[in-house]
Amino acid sequence: MLIAILCVPIGVAIISAFLPSRLVAPVSVLGSLVTLGLTVALIAGFDPGVPGLQNVVDEAWIPGLGVRFQLGIDGISLFLVAMTALLWAASFAWSAWRMPDRPKNYFLMLGIGEFAVMGAFLAQDLLLFVLFFDLMLVPFFFLVGSYGTGDRIKATIKMMVYTLVGSLLMLVAAIATAILTSETTGELSFALSDLRANVLPEGSQDWIFWFFAAAFLVKMPSFPLHGWMPDAYRSCPLPVLALLSGVLPKVAAYGFLRVVLPIFPDATIQFQELVLVLGLVSILYGSAMAFAQTNVRLIAGYSSIAQLGFITLGVFSLSSDGANGAVLQMVNHGLVVAPVFLIIAVLAERYGTEDLREMGGAATRAPVLAVLFLIVTMATLAMPGSANFIGEFYILNGLFDEKTAYAVIAMAGVAMAAFYALRLYQKTMHNRLPAGVESREMSLRDASVLVPLVLVIIGTALYPTLILKRGEASVQDKVGAVTAAEEPEGGLAAKP
Amino acid sequence: MILAQAFNAPDVDYAGLSPIIALTVGLVVVLLVGLAGRAQRALVSAASFIAYGAAAGLSIWQFGEEADLVSGALRLDELGLVATLISILCAVFVIPLSWREESADRAPGPGGHGEFQALLMASVLGMALLAMAQNLVIFFVGLELLSVPLYVLCGSALRRRVSLESGLKYLIVGSLGSATLLYGLAFIYGGSGSTDFTGIREGIGAGLADDPLILIGVALTATGLAFKLSIAPFHQWTPDVYQGAPTPVTAFMAVATKAAAFAVFARFFEVALGPAVGDWQPALAALAAVSIIVGNVGALTQSSLKRLLGYSGIAQAGYMLAGIVAANEAGIEALFFYLSAYAFMNLAAFAVITIRERETGFGDDIRSIQGLGRERPILAWPLTIAMLALAGLPGTAGFIGKLYLIEASVAGDFTWLGVMIAVGTMISLAYYLRVIAAMWMRPAYLSDPTPEAHNRVLPAMAGGSGELGGTPGVRCRVILGFTLVAAFATVFFGVIPSPLVDFVSGTGESITASFG
Repeated sequence: MLIAILCVPIGVAIISAFLPSRLVAPVSVLGSLVTLGLTVALIAGFDPGVPGLQNVVDEAWIPGLGVRFQLGIDGISLFLVAMTALLWAASFAWSAWRMPDRPKNYFLMLGIGEFAVMGAFLAQDLLLFVLFFDLMLVPFFFLVGSYGTGDRIKATIKMMVYTLVGSLLMLVAAIATAILTSETTGELSFALSDLRANVLPEGSQDWIFWFFAAAFLVKMPSFPLHGWMPDAYRSCPLPVLALLSGVLPKVAAYGFLRVVLPIFPDATIQFQELVLVLGLVSILYGSAMAFAQTNVRLIAGYSSIAQLGFITLGVFSLSSDGANGAVLQMVNHGLVVAPVFLIIAVLAERYGTEDLREMGGAATRAPVLAVLFLIVTMATLAMPGSANFIGEFYILNGLFDEKTAYAVIAMAGVAMAAFYALRLYQKTMHNRLPAGVESREMSLRDASVLVPLVLVIIGTALYPTLILKRGEASVQDKVGAVTAAEEPEGGLAAKP
Repeated sequence: MILAQAFNAPDVDYAGLSPIIALTVGLVVVLLVGLAGRAQRALVSAASFIAYGAAAGLSIWQFGEEADLVSGALRLDELGLVATLISILCAVFVIPLSWREESADRAPGPGGHGEFQALLMASVLGMALLAMAQNLVIFFVGLELLSVPLYVLCGSALRRRVSLESGLKYLIVGSLGSATLLYGLAFIYGGSGSTDFTGIREGIGAGLADDPLILIGVALTATGLAFKLSIAPFHQWTPDVYQGAPTPVTAFMAVATKAAAFAVFARFFEVALGPAVGDWQPALAALAAVSIIVGNVGALTQSSLKRLLGYSGIAQAGYMLAGIVAANEAGIEALFFYLSAYAFMNLAAFAVITIRERETGFGDDIRSIQGLGRERPILAWPLTIAMLALAGLPGTAGFIGKLYLIEASVAGDFTWLGVMIAVGTMISLAYYLRVIAAMWMRPAYLSDPTPEAHNRVLPAMAGGSGELGGTPGVRCRVILGFTLVAAFATVFFGVIPSPLVDFVSGTGESITASFG
């Protein structure tokens, strides 16, 4: 099952590279729908009560180096995988309607991208995770560099260098973890379960923790490491940007939950405050910047920084409520931000600009588009009733018990989200139409992509338990790894 | 006793020597066949293929054997055989590359192809000897046999000034390296009283620092080897020579020389100087780190692809040196895994450069590949894969190789060197990606090519023919085939690395077995 989810995207991508150009787009879209179908089947067959892995695949890969081809799924990755498949299908379809130049390359790269992200979510071997994590970059390098706008080559190289600086250090850190562990166990293994069973002594956890954290924080991007984001967002083609912003940061947040918390519990406790501060600064900085931007892409981009700040807070609240909310919020944010970028694509085509000051009045003759955008906006600002509200509520709730001050400040972020989200909606949809632009309803083709996405948003809003219930057991397991490490010390300190 | 031995016919292990014998015979045959006149290219190529095929086959036949040959002067083991096989692979690859190459096709004498291939094969023979050398004398003989033909080959494009310059420069610097090395070997012999690696091992004891003779000897030897391997700070000749030499020769030199020289490097340091490991490890680690930085930073601003690969080769040599610094079996295996992978990716890159040199008038300038992705994706893909692999991105053999090397250095308590490899890789991305960006993200360079300096024709008096180095518009199908195979292998061994891991798995044990 998991093998199929992994192989369908890459298989279809490679096959379609040898098909006549005409067939490439339909075959690719079909392939992405098949992947989506597989993930739905996966959800249906998932047993919510089990905290551990399901559908495990475990094959030898490079025996000499202790690397195994180990896949598995649990409540944390389940919906992230489904979200990935959904957004990729949307992006494939959107791109297919607007046939890009050199479609073979384009769809091949998208397929490799889906393969890599799926691999990162499913990998249960640390090295395999690092491999897929690095591989993710390659297709995006080509997509931004070949199909982007503006100063795309500079932007794409900047993105590559920034993110690989983190990832390569992570590779060293992963290797060091396995080697140091093997010195106690006597056997070299990168399997997450083995590494978790024999955590490292605290001293070596520290630097390894930061190597991993650097990779993840760059990818998110978190506050001081977001330098690549504005350029890359400005240049990236919009259907690709929906993925770059919707899915890729989640792999990083997921990495914290999957790798850092269970394997480096002591370092996690030690640096909890620092990461929380980074998360908090990201929220405030992202929100403020989102409010100040006039480029619509960057508004959504900076709002992502803020949202990812929330997710970081949730993960590092080290409470099961917070982490549970973070998992829900990861799915939510992906579902919300992707349609935002696609709607931006519609608007940009209509206005011929991406400057907020030159937009307005799009809603006058386009009620359906306006309604869709309104729903998405409401979800972005976490209106009560949306799944984002529940996600943020869980995160703040989890944070409140232990770190009240952070929770209080983070509340400000919730309020600021309302500002920038509504500003984006109002300035594009309401007000007066600029001269020479006509308000038109979006085409059926665009609706065929946007409507299902919005329906899914509504679905998760109505029934978030679907995600929460399946995530709960696994999240508790991961957070429990840290709290278990905390107790011996915390217990002693608390007693007198 | 000695007399009695002298009167007995020496016992020669012909089976163990068979790869060397095959190369020697092949060398003579190729040289003679080269005189055939009209059909010389086909005949010479066929004869070379057969000779390399025989040598490779015999090496594979001997794979797994372990023996001392010729009274212990040569050591037959997997370490030597793997290095020999890598060299042979490169040489085979260079055969089609040399077709239509000026130095072979339009050589002044009658046997251009024969001479070219015979020189190449002599160099391979030197590499085989060097990889098996277990004795200071053979060490030096092998190294010279490897180098001298290369000096000639670098200058073999007689009508191009830079090629002559390259040959001369390589000759001078290379001789300096050889002399330094020889001087060092003499010191080591003086200090330890033996020319055999195992004898030296017994002679030096545990500390190098105790005996200034040995210390000087080791330092000079390491310097000489570093010259050959273009390890910084002994690398200055590399970019010039790489750029000036005919591209097929550069392709051969970049990989095969490294394979053989690293084999003897590993053997010399870990067998002969094994007990003093603590003394040389930090020094070599420093060399590796300097090399990684110098190579990667130097490559950043290059616009000639061959220079760029030259600098990148300096950095890559630094990565590989980490395998020796680690001083464990995993390190040696990592080194040879990386070398094998490096062979595939580098050959793919050089082949594409060769093809473009002949198709366009830009020589090896980066402009020659601009817009290649749109124009000729079938050429752009191999070069893209090669660059991604050199940068060590996942999905390619380069990633597994780096993984292997970092794992070995961390296991050998050189975590900081592992971090250096990662840092070097980051810097390297900037220039490897620039090449990819040129191919896929920039339009083709359209304006008329002006004859570049390296293409400038010498006057007819000096043997000039009035033509440019390349013939624009030539299609090179055979080379393309080889290129695709190399690129495919790069990806294949990145996804399924086990065959290559198995191939090198015995090299680590070879070291311990030879003194055990």
